[in-house]
Amino acid sequence: MSIAAEPNELRDDVLNGLRLSTQLEKVWRTPSGWMGALMSVDHKVVGRRYIITAFVFLLLGGLLAVLMRIQLAGPEKTFLSADKYNQVFTMHGSTMMFLFAVPVMEAFAVYLVPLMVGTRNIAFPRLNAFSYWMFLFGGCFLWISFALNVGPDVGWFAYVPLSSLQFTPTKRPDVWAQMITFTEVAALAVSVEIVVTVFKLRAPGMTLDRIPLFVWAMLVTSFLVMFAMPSIMVASTSLILDRLVNTRFYDSSSGGHPLLWQHLFWFFGHPEVYIIFIPGTGMVSAILATFARRPVIGYPVVILSLIATGFLSFGLWVHHMFVTGLPQLGAALFTASSMLIAVPSGLQIFCWLATLWDGRPVYRTPLLFVIGFIVIFVLGGLSGVMVASVPIDTQVHDTYFVVAHFHYVLIGGAVFPLVGAVYYWFPKIAGRMLSERLGRWNFWLAFIGFNVAFFPMHILGLIGMPRRVYTYTADMDWAHLNLVSSGGALIFALSFALLLVNVVYSLRKGALAGDNPWDASTLEWATSSPPPPQNFDRIPVVKHRDPLWADSESLPVVAGLSAERREVLLTSLAEAEPQIREASPEPSIWPLLTAIATTVFFIGSIFTPWAVLWGTPPMAVTLIGWFWPSGSKEDEE
Amino acid sequence: MLCTIWPLTACAGRQSALDPQGLQSDQILHTLFIFLAVSAVVWTAVVIALCIGMMRRKRSADRPLDLHQAFEERSGRVILALGIATTAVVLGLSLVSYAGQHTVFAKNEKAHTLKIIGHQWWWEVRYEADSPHQSFVTANEIRIPTGQPVKVELESADVIHSFWVPSLTGKMDLIPGQKNELQFTAKNAGVYRGQCAEFCGLQHAHMAFAVIALPPDEFGRWRDHENQSANSPTDQLGKQGEALFRARGCALCHNISGTMAGGQLGPDLTHIGSRTTIAAGTLPNNSATLGAWIADPQHIKPGNLMPRMPLQSDEMIAIIHYLEQLK
Repeated sequence: MSIAAEPNELRDDVLNGLRLSTQLEKVWRTPSGWMGALMSVDHKVVGRRYIITAFVFLLLGGLLAVLMRIQLAGPEKTFLSADKYNQVFTMHGSTMMFLFAVPVMEAFAVYLVPLMVGTRNIAFPRLNAFSYWMFLFGGCFLWISFALNVGPDVGWFAYVPLSSLQFTPTKRPDVWAQMITFTEVAALAVSVEIVVTVFKLRAPGMTLDRIPLFVWAMLVTSFLVMFAMPSIMVASTSLILDRLVNTRFYDSSSGGHPLLWQHLFWFFGHPEVYIIFIPGTGMVSAILATFARRPVIGYPVVILSLIATGFLSFGLWVHHMFVTGLPQLGAALFTASSMLIAVPSGLQIFCWLATLWDGRPVYRTPLLFVIGFIVIFVLGGLSGVMVASVPIDTQVHDTYFVVAHFHYVLIGGAVFPLVGAVYYWFPKIAGRMLSERLGRWNFWLAFIGFNVAFFPMHILGLIGMPRRVYTYTADMDWAHLNLVSSGGALIFALSFALLLVNVVYSLRKGALAGDNPWDASTLEWATSSPPPPQNFDRIPVVKHRDPLWADSESLPVVAGLSAERREVLLTSLAEAEPQIREASPEPSIWPLLTAIATTVFFIGSIFTPWAVLWGTPPMAVTLIGWFWPSGSKEDEE
Repeated sequence: MLCTIWPLTACAGRQSALDPQGLQSDQILHTLFIFLAVSAVVWTAVVIALCIGMMRRKRSADRPLDLHQAFEERSGRVILALGIATTAVVLGLSLVSYAGQHTVFAKNEKAHTLKIIGHQWWWEVRYEADSPHQSFVTANEIRIPTGQPVKVELESADVIHSFWVPSLTGKMDLIPGQKNELQFTAKNAGVYRGQCAEFCGLQHAHMAFAVIALPPDEFGRWRDHENQSANSPTDQLGKQGEALFRARGCALCHNISGTMAGGQLGPDLTHIGSRTTIAAGTLPNNSATLGAWIADPQHIKPGNLMPRMPLQSDEMIAIIHYLEQLK
């Protein structure tokens, strides 16, 4: 195939081999030096930063978890004061949900989706860079506040009226509410990029039923983000307005209502769980196909399950509110709708089990984590069915049973696949293999540590231990199980230390990976490891769902894109037929400057309403700078 | 899972959903066991399927795409059947849940009614009747008759709290601007611990209370006694304590009915001498803990509203003596 182009333009169909690679690299590479680093719009550079930053927040959030487990290891410990403990559990939840779980999934998507759909960069690369800076600044803002003892202390759910000015007159809830805004901006930006990348930048021939399952998962996740995030936006904006300019959205004495917060928060908060879990399932599908040595059975079933999960996830937020005194029949309906989500999740599990049954599994570390995922996640899903039942929930709500449940779902459903994904894609990103020996230790420490840490919490909840208590007395019979749980938490923490050691060691000493070390089937393995700035010398043409298994000799390619300037190929939505060549933005400093201006605006507004006034001009200037029409050289001639 | 949880029901915690002492908690535990049994079967089946899948001996094929078309078609039918089975199980459990919910939330018009108001971080308990002589207020300790339905009306004075006595029934939130209610029946006499379950700020961990279930006639006697005003102190030390209680400002926040002390901010102390704990279940009630609490309440429960009172040791002794005889 060839695409019409302007005459006299240097195109990739007239160059070959090394000359083509060198020319494209020159066009697509990130400028050198620290200035270049700040300007980068390469999805791989941004994605790598995103992944590393999210993992740094994982370590910080994990450290807080260890602090909490030390405090709760025995009765009446004074390791943390009540005030510190409340800050610590709030920071743990906020960090893990807003700064780790969602961003890390998006980070993997930023890195992998363009490679997996066979294009040269993500759609809207400058927005992508902006999104990363916002995430970084929001995270730093939260953690610097914590270091300065103004870390939020009203829970990651920040229920009103506790988080209102009347009951928490400090700046702590303002910090929390504004941090939410940063992550909203970052998450929404990435989901827009992912949706457009998947819909318009797919390699020719990658029809809807040839899209890799991980990409499908990220597509569904992106839509979830787009529909769920506005709800928390409304919620957190109303909260900050109540606090800063004295509106009364949540004040029952002035016509507001505290339950408004909970409805808005959980209409976001429940889909949020699936925003974290669905990418995890995408990782599982990718890893499973490669290591079971066969495509996932029931490809359409898996996709329909993803979509069904996405829809259903919006219809069950009320199960977080069964004890707020809602009408009984309504609550019962939400029981049924919450339980129904077990059906698509179950169907996916059945498809994966069938794949394992028929596959010829190769037991490397990524597959171990997937097996651990199935064992843990199914248990978490089943306790979720219990929590969805109104009468059972009235006992277990806000107890350690729920803490156990959602750690089984989130760590089992997302972190185990994620660590598997690190082992699976590290060779692509770093060009070197992670140590398999350390990997096996890592898996077993994680699997055992996790279960020892979290299984006893089910029982603790049933024998009456509420959540979010910084201490308990010796006569409550909770001490033994808490000690066991804390021991397990330390083992679990150790497994992450081992992962860190493995990464640091393998970056220097790991075996060279080569293009496709696992003999996987998707397009990201069709280019070198790590991929060159242009991703592919020529855009691949996809004729099969598993292109590298179907055309193992050499992939068919399309030629005709410019080799003189950054260009990507747009294809049609359903059939992925080539449509037009589109310029892809050059590196730019403006996304960073805009993020700085936005940060000053948002943080300043906590301290003075005037920040809204003087914060606007810098934002306007930077946005104008960003969007100033800058035609390419060709246009000017 | 069942095997790990069954033995635990033997160890009767004071605050355990596994040791039901009420009609509602009993029903909830039944529902929970049905769910647990189904879950145990499903989880075991999945893990067995996983193990078989991992251990199955398979024909070796050179290329991953040499698909076993027959397997795929057969497994498609199995997956569909399992999907339908999952739906059936889920709907069945929904019905079990609804039946349980129906029993747990059944309402009885003739229930004994009392009102509970949540405060940061203590519980105001109001026994209200048509005649003011039949109404009284207490704190952090709820007495109820056994075998008879009790209705608690739940309100909040500040933030959201949650009323939870796992031995008797599930929890219900106390939300400002909203009136919630909860009904339960204690089967046996006893002392059941309850605790706030919704995070309500700094001392959320120290917001407990006791529910004391008494045989109906004993409950009636207690109620009659509680209607009466506080005993006037008879001895010199007690009289001195009463005077100091007013002079040092305690009466600004605390009410002691039948005396000049009429404060509404803190817990009512009319019969404090007969309560089992102080500071919302934080400490047992005796002269040592009372003294420690009055001397420095911020040390025991940092952040609570009671300020530290500068008192001489003889003044302290008098006040403690006075409070202890308020039975």
